[in-house]
Amino acid sequence: MTQPAGELSIVGKSLIKPDAFSKVSGQTKFADDLALPRMIYGRLLRSPHPHARILQVDVARARAHPGVLAVLTGDDLPIKFGILPVSQDEEALAREKVRYVGDPIAAVAATDEWIADEALELIDVQFEELPAVMSIEDAVVSHGEPIHGKSNVHKAVALEFGDTEAAMRAAAHVREDTVFFEGNTHLPMEQHAALAQVAADGKLTLWTSSQTPHYVHRALGKVLEMPMSRIRVIATPNGGGFGGKSDIFSHELVAAKLALVTGRPVKITLTREEVFYAHRGRHPVLMKVKTGFLKDGRITAMQFQSFLDGGGYGSYGVASTYYTGALQATTYAIPRYRFEGIRFFTNKPPCGPKRGHGTPQPRFALETHLDKVADELGIDPVELRLRNLPKPDSRTVNWLRITSCGLEACINKVVEGSGFRKRRTSMPPGRGLGFAVSSYLSGAGTAIYWNEMPHSEVQLKLDRNGGVSLLCGAIDIGQGSDHILAAIVAEVLGVSLQDIQLTTADTDLTPIDLGSYSSRVTFMAGNAAKAAAEKVRDRLFEVAASALQCDAEDLIARDHRIVRRSRPADGVDFAQVVQLAEAQSGVVTGTGSYTPPKLAGPYKGSGVGPSPAYSFSAAVVEVDCDRRTGEVRVPEVWIAHDIGRAINPMLVIGQVEGSVYMALGEALMEEQTFRLGLHKFPSLLEYKSPTALETPIMHTYLVETIDREGPFGAKEAGQGPLLPVIPAVANAIFNALGVRIDEVPITPDKVLKAMHDKAKRVGPKAVPAFEFPPLIKADVPDEWKGK
Amino acid sequence: MRLRVNGEEAALMVPPYKTLLEVLREDMGLTGTKHGCELGECSTCGVLVDGKPYLSCLSMPLDLEGREIMTVEGMSPDGRSHPLQIAFAELGAAQCGYCTPAMLLTAKALLDTDPHPSREAIMEALAGVLCRCTGYLKIFEAVELAASRDGITAG
Repeated sequence: MTQPAGELSIVGKSLIKPDAFSKVSGQTKFADDLALPRMIYGRLLRSPHPHARILQVDVARARAHPGVLAVLTGDDLPIKFGILPVSQDEEALAREKVRYVGDPIAAVAATDEWIADEALELIDVQFEELPAVMSIEDAVVSHGEPIHGKSNVHKAVALEFGDTEAAMRAAAHVREDTVFFEGNTHLPMEQHAALAQVAADGKLTLWTSSQTPHYVHRALGKVLEMPMSRIRVIATPNGGGFGGKSDIFSHELVAAKLALVTGRPVKITLTREEVFYAHRGRHPVLMKVKTGFLKDGRITAMQFQSFLDGGGYGSYGVASTYYTGALQATTYAIPRYRFEGIRFFTNKPPCGPKRGHGTPQPRFALETHLDKVADELGIDPVELRLRNLPKPDSRTVNWLRITSCGLEACINKVVEGSGFRKRRTSMPPGRGLGFAVSSYLSGAGTAIYWNEMPHSEVQLKLDRNGGVSLLCGAIDIGQGSDHILAAIVAEVLGVSLQDIQLTTADTDLTPIDLGSYSSRVTFMAGNAAKAAAEKVRDRLFEVAASALQCDAEDLIARDHRIVRRSRPADGVDFAQVVQLAEAQSGVVTGTGSYTPPKLAGPYKGSGVGPSPAYSFSAAVVEVDCDRRTGEVRVPEVWIAHDIGRAINPMLVIGQVEGSVYMALGEALMEEQTFRLGLHKFPSLLEYKSPTALETPIMHTYLVETIDREGPFGAKEAGQGPLLPVIPAVANAIFNALGVRIDEVPITPDKVLKAMHDKAKRVGPKAVPAFEFPPLIKADVPDEWKGK
Repeated sequence: MRLRVNGEEAALMVPPYKTLLEVLREDMGLTGTKHGCELGECSTCGVLVDGKPYLSCLSMPLDLEGREIMTVEGMSPDGRSHPLQIAFAELGAAQCGYCTPAMLLTAKALLDTDPHPSREAIMEALAGVLCRCTGYLKIFEAVELAASRDGITAG
């Protein structure tokens, strides 16, 4: 029973989120704001070498240092872990080898951080330095000892859906492009922190600024060899995540171990420099895209290759590799598709998921590529996209199921809003307009570890006074997930937001939510919350129906009352119904779960990419380029996002604006680069990110397609809107200056270089010669057969 | 050492090497003041000293005896939220909320000297405080909303 949209009273409204006043008053307790009696402090000794064998770690002097309570080395935590079951390649403290500058080797707990730092300096480590692999090109030819195992190849993928070669031969026009997307990092304002406490009965509690407390819980159980029932993980509100806190980190495991060893609460807060080493950010990716077209601009086939620079460990890298090839076909109707991807280990901080996980890089490749094709074919770049739109309720050639699709509406909004078609051909000198589109997941359709259980669960408990306790494993990382959960439950039960008491992300108290990653919380935890609330509501309707002597089908819940739809004056107070229900059958509770439909296609590797619904976005970016300095300013952005339904439009717009901001940072300045094995600028000052002064005017358009699978029709907002902005900047620069910067970030030096280049281009010339594994030839869905 | 914080005089015994940031957070329980780098780069630790934005991570408390220090906890005396806090909540200008205390105090310093600032003046005033969530727009709008309301000087 879903109430018709016209009757919604909370969903769809820009209400103040439940945690807003706690945040503006400074009362929100982030992990480092917590302090416990007798608390001591932990610090990590990190590798100064990008690649070295550890010959000896002598901690005797550190142990003897006054104020030091414990020193750990790798042998104290020998069990390997990793976020993906297939990549259990990390140690909390490295034992045999270090694989990047910043790789943790030893840990100290002391009565204060100063003493702990002094003790780190007293640890004597002897290394045998090994040749470092610092780029994709290095990794391909790598001589010297591989970083892991026998080769620097972490994961190689080769998939084909239909005969792309034949389709290329039959195409009227074929184009190939090579582009590079440099790595960058999340840079959350809050540094990671974790606090561990062991109770007198031996039970361990860990508070941590994590997007994925459930996975941290599992890893603690494994590495500490403790039953998970003896471990409690509480995720604290994240002071920004963007994917950077969705892995399992050394400092979390070490804080726990130090607490077990010392019997004291132990807190570890990373310094800003350490946050750059913890990383798990955007992979540097070198890409080659080749596409065949009919004369009218319709795509006949695409071949896509990606080379990922993974850093020292696996992290989410296997998934990242697949993601660089997964969403090409959800944005465009591609009849034949080949994807080859490879991720190398390199001696840099491990890469992982950052906002858009593995898809902003290919999006940059694809959208700049299509712009160039539009030019060659003499077709308007908007028109070229419109001729290749995916269809709602369809399957892509790589078996991804699309439900709702508002891409065309998104395109129309930004094109009309910006006056793209007219203005683009008559921009003043140095000014340009660029356009691009994208799609993204509303949650990964498969769990990180194989299991048949739900991805999100919610439990509700009603109080006699009409209050509702809502328990869910999801953690708010600033995106407003607390609001989404509360709003959905309040809507279904007809109570107000203030009646909902949230308890989230506490493995002792809350049922599972897999975490705040892959844009999944609104969709999955939202569906679980709705299911739980409907169950409770149905029970209350049963009770109210008998009190009102009417049919339960005739009841609706609103304004703290349960009333008859046909005679709204006939009703009972919500709290009174709860009391009646409690009198009849005891405590009123309800649970709801969400398991995504099984959507993986019939081929190996089909687990990455499926989502119960996809969001769509389109952007127009205006640039103002200084021909003298090569500087690019962005005065104005038009962005449209197919949100399905905006449960809180203000929060959705906040996600869209934040995505645009982050995309502009990546497009124009943010990069994580290295020199002689060292991070060039592990500091907030030197790692350039946009300030208030760089903020453009943003026009945000929300397109509602009311997805049949989403809670109240909602889809994701947190990641998708970032995607089209980066290529739109590049396309706008071409419009302004006639130069192609096929490399992100587009810094002033590259712009100047391109202006003086014969080909008016800066970017990679080719991908390295590399033999991918034999193609896995997958069948294509029926709707693509014979096309 | 005696410090005047949020209108209250406090007598403290702290090691002389501790920064104002550390003293506020660790010795006075005022954890509303955050840290992002502890090197003076991000302004997340911003407080007001005699009404002006001040980086607490670079300040030594001994230098500040006799000065008036304000943290985010001092923005809502008697539990009444400052108009900036209300506007930030209403417009969703605090996403993760981590830069918010410094952003609010910096905006307060601006409004206390320029009650109806232009958008450019707001951008200029807030340029030193980094925010990774919002893209800044909602923050500008919230400052403008607060400025448009009466009672801005309260608190």
